[in-house]
Amino acid sequence: MKQEYRKKTSWGALLAVLVFLAVVLWLDQIIKPTNKMYMLLTVLQKGSVYALAAVSMNLLNGYTGLFSLGHAGFMLIGAYTYAIFTIPSSARDAVYQYFDAAVRFSFPEALSGVMGPAGTAVGVLIAVILAGLMAAFFAWLIGLPVLRLKSDYLAIATLGFAEIIRAIFQWQKLGPITNGSNLLKNFARTSKFKLELGDTKLVLSTFVPVLIATISIIIIVKLVNSTYGRAFKAIRDDEIAAEAMGINLAKHKMLSFTVSSFFAGVSGAMMAMVLSIAQASNFKSAMTYEILLMVVLGGIGSTSGSVIGSFLFVAASEWWLRGLDSGSFLGISAPGIFRNGFRLVVFSIIIMIVVLFFRKGIMGEREISDVLRSRKKKAGGTAK
Amino acid sequence: MAKTILPYIISGISVGGQYALIAIGYTMVYGILRLINFAHGDVFMVAGLMMVYMAASMPLYIAIPLMIVLTVLLGFLIERVAYRPLRTAPRMSVMISAIGVSYLIQNLALYITGGLNKNYPTIPWISDRVTVFGMETSRVTIITPFLTIILVVLLVQLINHTKIGMAMRAVSLNFETSQLMGIRINNVISATFIIGTFLAAVGSMLFFTNYPGVVPTSGAMPGLKAFVAAVFGGIGSIPGAVIGAFIIGIAESLIKGLDTILIVQGTISEQIGFATFSDAFTFILLIIVLVFKPTGLFGEKTTDKV
Amino acid sequence: MKKILAVALVICLVFALAPMAFADDNPVVKIGVFEPQSGDNGAGGKQEVLGMQYANYLTPTVEIDGVEYDVELVYADNASSNDKAPTAAQDLISNGVSLVLGSYGSGVSIAASDTFSNAGVPAIGVTCTNPQVTSGCDVYFRICFLDPFQGTVLANFAKSELNATKAYCLAKLGDDYSGGLCNFFIEAFGKENCVYEQFPEGTSDFSTYITNAQNQGCDVFFSPVSTEAAAQIIAKADTQALGMPILAGDTWDSNVILNAAKGTDVQICVTTFYQEGANEEFDKGIKEWINSDKTALANNGGNDELAAVTVMGYDAYYVALEALKAAGSTDPEAVLEVLPALSYEGVTGAIAFDENKDAIRDSAFVKECNTETGVWDFVTVATVG
Repeated sequence: MKQEYRKKTSWGALLAVLVFLAVVLWLDQIIKPTNKMYMLLTVLQKGSVYALAAVSMNLLNGYTGLFSLGHAGFMLIGAYTYAIFTIPSSARDAVYQYFDAAVRFSFPEALSGVMGPAGTAVGVLIAVILAGLMAAFFAWLIGLPVLRLKSDYLAIATLGFAEIIRAIFQWQKLGPITNGSNLLKNFARTSKFKLELGDTKLVLSTFVPVLIATISIIIIVKLVNSTYGRAFKAIRDDEIAAEAMGINLAKHKMLSFTVSSFFAGVSGAMMAMVLSIAQASNFKSAMTYEILLMVVLGGIGSTSGSVIGSFLFVAASEWWLRGLDSGSFLGISAPGIFRNGFRLVVFSIIIMIVVLFFRKGIMGEREISDVLRSRKKKAGGTAK
Repeated sequence: MAKTILPYIISGISVGGQYALIAIGYTMVYGILRLINFAHGDVFMVAGLMMVYMAASMPLYIAIPLMIVLTVLLGFLIERVAYRPLRTAPRMSVMISAIGVSYLIQNLALYITGGLNKNYPTIPWISDRVTVFGMETSRVTIITPFLTIILVVLLVQLINHTKIGMAMRAVSLNFETSQLMGIRINNVISATFIIGTFLAAVGSMLFFTNYPGVVPTSGAMPGLKAFVAAVFGGIGSIPGAVIGAFIIGIAESLIKGLDTILIVQGTISEQIGFATFSDAFTFILLIIVLVFKPTGLFGEKTTDKV
Repeated sequence: MKKILAVALVICLVFALAPMAFADDNPVVKIGVFEPQSGDNGAGGKQEVLGMQYANYLTPTVEIDGVEYDVELVYADNASSNDKAPTAAQDLISNGVSLVLGSYGSGVSIAASDTFSNAGVPAIGVTCTNPQVTSGCDVYFRICFLDPFQGTVLANFAKSELNATKAYCLAKLGDDYSGGLCNFFIEAFGKENCVYEQFPEGTSDFSTYITNAQNQGCDVFFSPVSTEAAAQIIAKADTQALGMPILAGDTWDSNVILNAAKGTDVQICVTTFYQEGANEEFDKGIKEWINSDKTALANNGGNDELAAVTVMGYDAYYVALEALKAAGSTDPEAVLEVLPALSYEGVTGAIAFDENKDAIRDSAFVKECNTETGVWDFVTVATVG
């Protein structure tokens, strides 16, 4: 009975995901950049970037109980790896204007030469995966010494690593690879993602990031629901008890850390794609804090919570609360109070309220499927 | 050689003194609550901003004490509002709350200042130019380390020889037991925050007189570095934090000038760009300490309780 | 609680989407102002906007294809930050602007160029001098000179007028304006005679950089950084007796620098777009306006000393109006088409675009800060021959 129900929900979930993707694809076609509603697409693009970042952080902080604050660093690695390997050779000299570019290879370009237009897509995909792998590799290196540390020491050590990574990427001597501290651009980016089918042009600017985020999040959910996921939760709840149960602490912690960083790297690549630029100075610890607050908003330990939290966060800060910054909000016009920066103040107060009084966030540790299930049970109960 | 390095050392000692004053706040709070008070650096920034606004409307001899009182009040309030309700919550929740407070303070400062750099008022006498060992610098650079040491000595006296100091030591040793012994935990914690913020306020005055620009993120980096200094010296140990802060300040200053020192020495012929790592170095030091000697230079060995 | 939250959010959404009804006789044409209002370059961005606002105050309407339009300036704050720039640009585009002016600071312009290009909305750079702004983007034009030119002018000036043989160059990490300008300066001055250093964001301790310059025996200090950092560098240069002139680019032509330098014994020279006094009538008008408007006065740093970027902003506004007139339409595409052939006689000189969409400009003003009176003294008009 239970298994059957599970099957049903997973089919239902798959259907919902497909419908959602179709809707996104449709929105991509009808909303042009000059349209007022384009903000919706911006929110979907940025929201999916942050959703993946938040879910991957949640895997570490929420499910495994490792309080790490190094996310921005891993996203930086992802963004740079992706950007460096997708700049077309024609644009490379313009981007590396003060350096002699060392890397002169672009996956989409190389593969489109071999496979035609499909090669571009495969090239982008390879670059995204490589971005994740690079981040995971660095995470493994960093994890060796720091994962032994306990809670807040781990937090501050990973925060420190993110800062070190940022400094390395900005180092002038690495200029031929990283373009020094200057920004990278002209790489494969969402605004250029289009599919030409005969005469019709299919715009994929929003569809691609949403798709990547969706697939990645599904993979993370699968991991969380596997035996590994249960081991992670056991470690979070009680390390010593988990060890006594035969769970290899070091191995599982490392696994969680590298997987989380892999997807942080992917989300970094997506961020580069969406923003169409990559620059180390953007990946400050403030970015990690924001992602952490999204996780808290959604509920630590809930994947769907993290997704909801990040979309709410992005939509509120980029779109709904914008009026707070520009003079009038909810029909109230008060340019003296509603001026630049007020949005963020209101926003941080809301977050403090959540942190202090609704510590479980929106979802607590539940998932959307749990919520739906309990609804159904209730409905069934009353029918009887 | 000595003449080349001397300016960096002096400037480093001065920065170190300012970090030390912030680090004490971290180390005391951590010693008692086991909480990294991420908002401490931002309180330091707020002290700077308050001074900017108050000096514009009142004479300095009123502005300075008022600034210190208000900053202390802010530190006290943060503990009351954001940390006390979470006393029994998991440590992660409290740390998130601290990050939230830091986010709120920075955004508030951004809103009030409009995101623009505010020029710190010139405090007469301490910002005058003086010549030391044939080197031109401002008087505050010279005063800072002495003032820091005086304050620390007073603080150590307070902790070792007064009732409240004894209570603090007891609470940091064991939270529950000291509660059972009749110590009013809440008062002790409040006192800790008050002392910590008082020193941060004094530190901010010295820091911003030396580097007279206040922006909403001014406190973040000095705050983090001061925390690293506290860890380096052994968290919970006040002399440790002070020594750690001086070491970090000097090292940071030397790294910024390392290219120049090596070029003048003739070791290297062109810039390597060590200055890029002036902030990162602090964290490298932190990780080395955490991995090899997690208790820091002067920290006591503790075992984790299950 | 969650329900209340949900309802509140829905209400917010509805209001955010509700079209604002305007009762006005004239149709409105929107010009986007893409400038930093906060962050490192906030002060400079505000000064540049002032010029546009003054021009808008003088000429609030424009006749396009026989119809009188009200000009509305739509603002978006790019917060001097490259990652906020694309969203700010998108905000302007979604607001239906016909063209965009800005930004102060090259990095944000480069970062947003893709967004403008994607939407086909033309942008006119006012004081962003990095070559990449226009070279990498098909819709970006600019009315100011470029860094290769400015860097060469400054290097020549340092060599011939200041008799410098070794230069100390200081830029901010990740800042395209200062990094670019330093690079072109070094190219022109000779790499072997330059010491190049970069400070990370959030640096407040500039004393070590000053010591570095002194220790390496440099005789000119080139630091075309933001005005925020500039004020601190000047303060430190004074207390540490720097002992060499400071040289900088157009961003330093601001009263922030004058205020910081007043009463010190630091020698400061800058290259810039405009020398106060070149057009008496304009100077008088804008000063009156600044003094009459409290916000404008505050945005200009509390006095009526003109920054070159303000004058450039003023010119940019009129270039935009000319473009709208020539296009005969408020459609961005039509505006984009007429821009390459446009020419306009501005306060800062004749403005026309070359094949790279850059302004054809071959001269820069060199000014020196008078530390006693706190004003700029004219030194020379520099060209590259």
